[in-house]
Order: sequence, then C-alpha cells, then structure tokens
Amino acid sequence: MRGVRFVHAGSQARALDGIDLDIAKGEFVTLLGANGSGKSTLCMLANGLVPHAVPGTFEGTAEVFGLDVSKYPVTVLATRVGMVFQEPESQLFCMSVEEEVAFGPENLAVPKDEIRARVEWALETVGMNGYNDRSPMTLSGGQKQRIAIAAALAMHPPMIVLDEPAYALDPIGRVELFSLLKRLKEQHGMTVLLAERDPEEAAVYSDRVVLMSKGKVVASGTPRETLLDVTRLRDIGIDPPQVATVSALINERLPRQAMSSITIEEAEVAVSRLLSTRPRSISR
Amino acid sequence: MIPLPEADPGQRIVSLHDVKFTYDGGVEALRGVNLHIRNGEFVAIVGGNGSGKTTLAKHMNGLLRPTSGEVMVSGKPAAGLSVADLSRVVGYAFQNPDHQLFCTTVEAEVSYGPRNLGYHGPELSRRVEYAIEAMGLGGFSELPPLSLNLGQRRRVSIAAVISMDPRVLILDEPTTGLDAGEIRVLMESIGELNREGRAIILITHEMKVVAEHANRVVVMADGRTVLDSDARGVFADLEVLAKARLVPPPISLLAHRLASSGISRDIMTPEEFVFDMMRARGGP
Repeated sequence: MRGVRFVHAGSQARALDGIDLDIAKGEFVTLLGANGSGKSTLCMLANGLVPHAVPGTFEGTAEVFGLDVSKYPVTVLATRVGMVFQEPESQLFCMSVEEEVAFGPENLAVPKDEIRARVEWALETVGMNGYNDRSPMTLSGGQKQRIAIAAALAMHPPMIVLDEPAYALDPIGRVELFSLLKRLKEQHGMTVLLAERDPEEAAVYSDRVVLMSKGKVVASGTPRETLLDVTRLRDIGIDPPQVATVSALINERLPRQAMSSITIEEAEVAVSRLLSTRPRSISR
Repeated sequence: MIPLPEADPGQRIVSLHDVKFTYDGGVEALRGVNLHIRNGEFVAIVGGNGSGKTTLAKHMNGLLRPTSGEVMVSGKPAAGLSVADLSRVVGYAFQNPDHQLFCTTVEAEVSYGPRNLGYHGPELSRRVEYAIEAMGLGGFSELPPLSLNLGQRRRVSIAAVISMDPRVLILDEPTTGLDAGEIRVLMESIGELNREGRAIILITHEMKVVAEHANRVVVMADGRTVLDSDARGVFADLEVLAKARLVPPPISLLAHRLASSGISRDIMTPEEFVFDMMRARGGP
C-alpha cells in the first residue's frame, strides 16, 4: 500500500490517512489499534470491499498479490484474500454448514467434485468435520467463527484477513482460534492479517505488529519492538500486554536489568534469573 | 443522586433456589442453580460461551421464568411479580445496546423506563438527569442514540436502566467491542454506581475486567455454578477455570509458573506481581 487515504462517505475524518505498508507472503501481521484507528477499513481494503463496496473517497495505490485493488472486482480479489468479520452471524446465511462453506467456490463455478474436496478440507482444517448437515445457527459462537473461516478457506486464498475475529469468543475460544491461525500460517504457508484491540495474543503469535492510530501507522515491527514501549501503547489507547508492563516496571525499579519479556514463557525465564540472583544471596 | 431506600447492606436481594431452565427445543441451560446476591455486592458471573450465564441473569428480573425452582427478589417470590415490578429492583442492560435502543434522542431513551413506571414531572426529570450524569452522557441528551459510537451507545443503554433506580444492575458483556479507553470510562461509572450501594452483576469473560472490579466471582459451566469465591480464589484455581473454558489473565498464569520460586499464586495485576517479586527477591 502506498499513500492510501480513505474518507467514508458523509464523514470528514480520514479513516485511512496516508498508509504505506508492505506485507510479505507468509507473514502473520497484527494491526493493533483502538476503535476508530482505521484497522477495519484497512482490512476491507485488502480484499477490495474498500473502495468497491464501501462508499467513500479513495486515494493512493494498494496491490494484493500484484493485483491493483481499485482495478479488480471483489470476486477476483476474494480468490486471493479470504475475509472473516467480527461477528460470524453477519456472514453466515445458509441452511447447512456444507452449503455455507461451498457457497464461495460454487459462485466461482468450481466443478462439483472439486467443491466437495474443498469443503471437506476446509472443515477438517478448522476442526469441524462431521458438521456438514448442521444448521450454522445451532452452533456456538466459536464454532460459527470457525465455519466463517472454513468458508473463506474453501476459496483457497493464499491470504486470510480477519477483523477482530475473537470479538465474542470466550478465553478458550480465543486460544483455539489463534492456534488455528498459527497452523494456517505454518502448515499451509498462508499470509495472515488480523485486526485486534487486545495485544496479549499479538505478543505470542505475530511475526509483526502494526500500531495504528487515527488512520495512520504509528509503528511497525516485531512484537518486541512494538509492544515493549508501554507508554506509546497507552498513548494510542491500547492496554499493553501484562508481561510488557511487568518488564517496564522491573526496569524502573532495577535500572541495571534490561528485562524485555513480552510473553509468559520469556518472563518465566527472566524473573527466575532475577530471583536466583537475589541481593541477599550475593552478599552472603 | 437518588438516595436508595434503606437496606441492610448484607441482606439478600436476589436468591435462586435450585433453578432449572430448559429452552423450547430441549436445551437444558440451567441444571439446578443456587445463588444469593446481597445488597451492594459487585459480582462477576463468568463462564464460557453457552455456559448459562445470560440465561441465569435473565431469571433475576423475570425475562425468563424457571422451569423448576424458585427465584426470590427483595424477599418475595418473583413468580408473583411482573417484569415491570421486578424492573424497579433489578435492571438488565442487554449485551447489544442496539437491541434496546429505539428512541429518537438519548433523553427520550433514558426517560422511557421511569415514564412507563408512572413517574412524571420533577421526579422524572430528576431520574433522567441523574442517569445521564451517572453514565457520563451530559451533552448528549438531544442526540439520536444511533449517531453515537458503540461505547457511548452502551452507556445510553445502561442509563436507560438506572433511571428506573434499580438496587441491582445486571450488565451482560458490557465491555464487548470496546477498546481500553472506553472500558475504563464505562467501568469507572459502574464502580460509582456500586459505591452508591447498588449491587452490580457483571456477566463477562474478560478476565482483566473481573480482576480489577469484582469482589466476588461466580464461575459457571454447563448450566451449573462450579465455583463461588473472591477473584483471587478463582484465578488461583486453574483446574476449575479450564473446565469453564476460561483462562486467567496472563499475569496470574505467570505467577502460577513461578510459584516454586516463591511468587504468590493469587497475583491479579502487573503491579502486584512486581511488588511480590521484589519481596521474594529480598530487595532491589
């Protein structure tokens, strides 16, 4: 994306205000920002809903796998980028899970046998095989979200974009969802772009975190580069990961330490070391 | 502020005795719940998607009636009271504010409830002003609720409930979809309502919010309460939490892992963690 600006019809503010961003193939990128930071608009740009389906004024250039987003229709872009929204209810409308997952490839006139194979693969991948004949409405929130992901996967896109997909999931549902995304990246080489407000999972699963505020990219880098700066996170309306807060507090109190943990595993090691070099045992 | 009627702070205001509830279609959502809410408590009801939290809460103000068992509100059987009667004691703010908001201005929305209860004139104005002020909505009175953002709409939906001056306020997933700043503003207002003497029942799976605000946590799994304790006790019980599809905040998990190095297991915030680590270390 180069110099991307977008103003929603009827709004004064720029939802996206000069975005330059590159995402590499196979990367797991988390867009982190408060509500209104522009992350949802950026997600919709990745599969062409912005500018094609969302009314507004678009400037700049955005390419997805070499295709200019403003020149290709959503139907073409959808074969490159699968999209999953906050609330799966807004996305599911068929009578059965199988119809739901087959809907995309059917619209692309994929042959019947191929569709069957894709549906089975997609359901297997999200761990919902055997649910083919169930009505999506009878499923739990986490299961619905997995069907929405399976429907995106059935298009065989090399990239998946998810706008706050854990919105309504319980904590175990969140863990399951992020493990699934990790598997899609590691086993299927998929590129993952995810919008979030809570940085806890971003610290663990992302290759890169892009901090957004008021339609701009504030910072982009590894989770450690972006999430250790707790002051900057608070400035853009994000509660830092708890472990990053611990690192910052310890560095304040023990200026000779440079704790840079952002995950539980890292902090376990770092704090164990601090405890084994306790001042009393040194003086003894 | 409206002075609450005299009440013994420790007195039971809502009691459920062996409450069972089966939805049409046969889903057994509550399988025998015994629970007592006392005046002035701040209780979180936590549990995974589909554990029965919302079904339970809806029994407290008559939105649902038990298949068997008994609900008592203010010492009277709820079975003999209408939803309107119950709403004077127990207010319920829905998870999705848009299911609740239908008036053309915030003021009309907030006055709807007390007007229906028969209030008018200065008493009505007093209640509306109080509720708008309490939820930090001064300046929004004349605006249409749907022109506001999600955080503001959620506060309107709560104001529309507290204008009926309930002693107990049930909030169903009030932080869903809000960012850190919006959650802070909302929870500050809720904390103030609790300090005025109202019991707060917070249905949620946001464990950080629970750690920060609730005095008492009721864990639900599979239509039953499986633990009823203070937040520290709950976060220390990883086994019950996992059964309830919950994960404690990352900082509690870190404390668990470092328990053998002398860190307390019942840590709830990064600040507590660092304080405890300095203690375990024996100095800077």
